[in-house]
Amino acid sequence: MAFDFLKKALTKTTGALAASVDKLKTGLTKTRDVFVGGLKSLLRGRKLDQQLLDELEQRLITSDLGVKATLKIMEDLNAAWHAGKITSGDEVLDFLKAEMKGYWPVETRALKFASSGPTVILVTGINGAGKTTSIAKLGQYLKGQGKTVMVAACDTFRAAAVEQLSIWAQRIDVQIVKHQMGSDPAAVAFDACDAALARNIDVLIVDTAGRLHTQEHLMRELSKIRKVIDKRIPGAPHEVLLVLDATTGQNAIRQAEEFLKAVQVSGIFLAKLDGTAKGGIVIAIRHQLGLPVKFVGIGETPEDIEPFDPEVFVEALFAEEESQPRSP
Amino acid sequence: MFDSLQDRFGTLFRNLTGKGKISESNVRDAMKEVRTALLEADVHFDVVNQFVSDVTQKALGTEVLASVEPGQQMIKIVYDELCNLMGTAAEDSGSAARIMFVEPGPTIIMMCGLQGSGKTTTCGKLALYLKSKGKNPLLVAADLQRPAAIDQLHTLGQQTEVPVYSERENKNPVQVCRNAVDFAKKNGRDVIILDTAGRLHIDEVLMAELRAVNLQVHPHQIFLVVDAMVGQDAVNSAKAFNQQLELDGVILTKFDSDTRGGAALSVKTITGKPIKFIGVGEKLPDLEEFHPERIAQRMLGMGDILTLVEKAQAEFDETKALKLQEKMAKAQFTLDDFLEQMRTVRKMGPLKQLMGLLPGIGSALKDIELPEAELDKTEAIISSMNRKEREDPDIMDGSRRRRIAKGSGVQVEDVSRLIKGFSAARDMAKKMSGLSMGSRMKMAQAMSSMDMSKLGAGSAGLPSFGGGGQQKQSKLSPEQKRKLRQKRLRGK
Ligand SMILES: Nc1nc2c(ncn2[C@@H]2O[C@H](COP(=O)(O)OP(=O)(O)OP(=O)(O)O)[C@@H](O)[C@H]2O)c(=O)[nH]1
Ligand SMILES: Nc1nc2c(ncn2[C@@H]2O[C@H](COP(=O)(O)OP(=O)(O)O)[C@@H](O)[C@H]2O)c(=O)[nH]1
Ligand SMILES: [Mg+2]
Ligand SMILES: [Mg+2]
Repeated sequence: MAFDFLKKALTKTTGALAASVDKLKTGLTKTRDVFVGGLKSLLRGRKLDQQLLDELEQRLITSDLGVKATLKIMEDLNAAWHAGKITSGDEVLDFLKAEMKGYWPVETRALKFASSGPTVILVTGINGAGKTTSIAKLGQYLKGQGKTVMVAACDTFRAAAVEQLSIWAQRIDVQIVKHQMGSDPAAVAFDACDAALARNIDVLIVDTAGRLHTQEHLMRELSKIRKVIDKRIPGAPHEVLLVLDATTGQNAIRQAEEFLKAVQVSGIFLAKLDGTAKGGIVIAIRHQLGLPVKFVGIGETPEDIEPFDPEVFVEALFAEEESQPRSP
Repeated sequence: MFDSLQDRFGTLFRNLTGKGKISESNVRDAMKEVRTALLEADVHFDVVNQFVSDVTQKALGTEVLASVEPGQQMIKIVYDELCNLMGTAAEDSGSAARIMFVEPGPTIIMMCGLQGSGKTTTCGKLALYLKSKGKNPLLVAADLQRPAAIDQLHTLGQQTEVPVYSERENKNPVQVCRNAVDFAKKNGRDVIILDTAGRLHIDEVLMAELRAVNLQVHPHQIFLVVDAMVGQDAVNSAKAFNQQLELDGVILTKFDSDTRGGAALSVKTITGKPIKFIGVGEKLPDLEEFHPERIAQRMLGMGDILTLVEKAQAEFDETKALKLQEKMAKAQFTLDDFLEQMRTVRKMGPLKQLMGLLPGIGSALKDIELPEAELDKTEAIISSMNRKEREDPDIMDGSRRRRIAKGSGVQVEDVSRLIKGFSAARDMAKKMSGLSMGSRMKMAQAMSSMDMSKLGAGSAGLPSFGGGGQQKQSKLSPEQKRKLRQKRLRGK
């Protein structure tokens, strides 16, 4: 059960499902290697010694935790090791899972909904992170929970962004509010709030243009969108999600800082976790800014979404892939 | 980061000045700091280790120069090695080497990379770049996966006035690319740019599709488009794309962010392929040719300070410069210091060039014109002040201002403006010293919204780091002005 998302991720990335039987064979090889005989892990079945600790440290660094977060975790582990609390790789796993569950308690990972009227989710992030696709996923997910969903096309800047969201809206069959390209995104947000109220929509998801956290005027534009939403629907947005590309390195901390400042981000949507990147940067972000992760994206279709599970996340951090032999 | 690296190096090497060779333990301690800096810059773990061991070998036994601080010398060794690794002089010379054209044409260029890395935008940028080189490019919509990808490319085609080849009903990108080549031949297009769908390097089906395009369409050049903010995983994807497609070069996008860009080193090391261009904005003209030294400096978090250090040493008395910096930090520096600073600085090169060398400020200021003529005026005004006035510009009343204006042949308003500008610059300088790169950037952005000429030459007080640089100075072209306007407009 815990591995569902991981398994799904790996199957998806082979692209095998959509392909012909021939392709299916090649595609599945990888998945089989990883899962037949259980998931290989850097930690499972090994004795805890300095060698393993070194490998572990390396794994944390190559998972993008950054030097600081890695050192902190290594300190915790070392302390537990010296105190005789952990003596094997399996216990290290359990130790880390417990630690991560502490970082991200269940209640912080759940979406917050309005007590009455439409719930508004504002989706933000830098260029190309995966915002629009993640909105399609969220829309699908919420529809699956029996909610009525509407999306707002507030990316009026990037070429064909409105068309992109329109196609998704059509595919997952939800309503969309859009204006002309180049129009004021805050005005689109306002109209969308109006429409959501008028049509008794349960959840309104607002797409925004990708912007670098260093572009002050664009960050101000985003704050304005947030304010306009709050004005039309007091208390909204109820969630402000920052979409992070799992391949992002240390710069993600800066992104989170700035978006937090501009729009009070309430959680992270970690996209593209179906690749080989581990997304460890969310741990550093948790250390420094306390932000919870709410969902992970594991592919390019609306079904490729999973609620974030810290235990699976830890397991995946140490999952070994056939193509990456353990280094000496 | 640079400050801290430099500080820590300073301490490590303090007792070493004039004592012959840098010792092994000195080097090892210093390299620990370098290792952390590079990891924080997202250079891959293995690449960092390799780098550190190579540089340690090089640094051991290096003669300590009497004239330079060993810490700085060490930084220089690290920096030179970084530059070396990221591109040779040959790769860096002129645009001829950036893209190779075949005769007879058309030259086929294929873009590939992970989802959202910036391929489509870069295709548009490249089309514009090629047009400016007198080519007739054709854009080809071979991303048949992402919703509205074809529309996106058509929009860019309109913006660049470059034709776009697409087949909306066709689901086979190999066919589309093949047909596009025929189309280009018939229509006299001499460069073809293929925009492919983003894909994961472990997606066997989609990777096979790219290999098929490669085998059947024979692109002359294949570029991997990489997001400059990518972390440790850069090596995995770059390696796979390179193995399966034999890349010809790499394009790094989103360099307008504040990433340290260590991916550049990882990708270059793992593929051995040159980095050709960097993307520095969402707009189509925002494409620049790659220069290794800029990225190396950024990775170490030091703007172009290195060249500054080198050049400044020729002009500056170092202790004097340090004192000045201290004074600035405490906002104690006077118009006299300012004048002297300005003269030294002007000896070294145009002001704009200098401003551009400050970490985090360069890109924010690149569109701003700094008034050299204003500086002449400023010099004249300060020269007409007496000592007391220079020490404490706050005492300047109306009659003093009138006297000075007369003495220097300017208007009274000019004098007032200078004093106001100076005070502002002094405050700014105080705030700036001891700020992180991100905050400096913000500061520079705030400054860029001010009218620089109104500031008088006040900003000349900033380059307390001294030194010339290699960027060419230029007036704003109409194109740049338009860009600047657009940038502002986008904020509305
Ligand atoms: N493999 C994979 N690809 C994803 C995932 N999420 C998004 N993508 C892809 O990443 C690319 C960019 O996604 P978008 O949703 O357009 O990203 P965006 O943040 O809206 O981009 P801009 O609006 O251009 O800033 C597309 O090709 C998506 O298909 C994911 O979880 N896994
Ligand atoms: N700031 C900035 N944004 C960029 C740059 N290059 C591309 N982008 C943006 O990144 C996002 C994804 O780019 P796109 O070309 O669609 O990526 P693709 O999925 O690889 O084709 C878009 O929002 C672009 O506007 C760049 O150099 N700087
Ligand atoms: Mg989008
Ligand atoms: Mg694209």
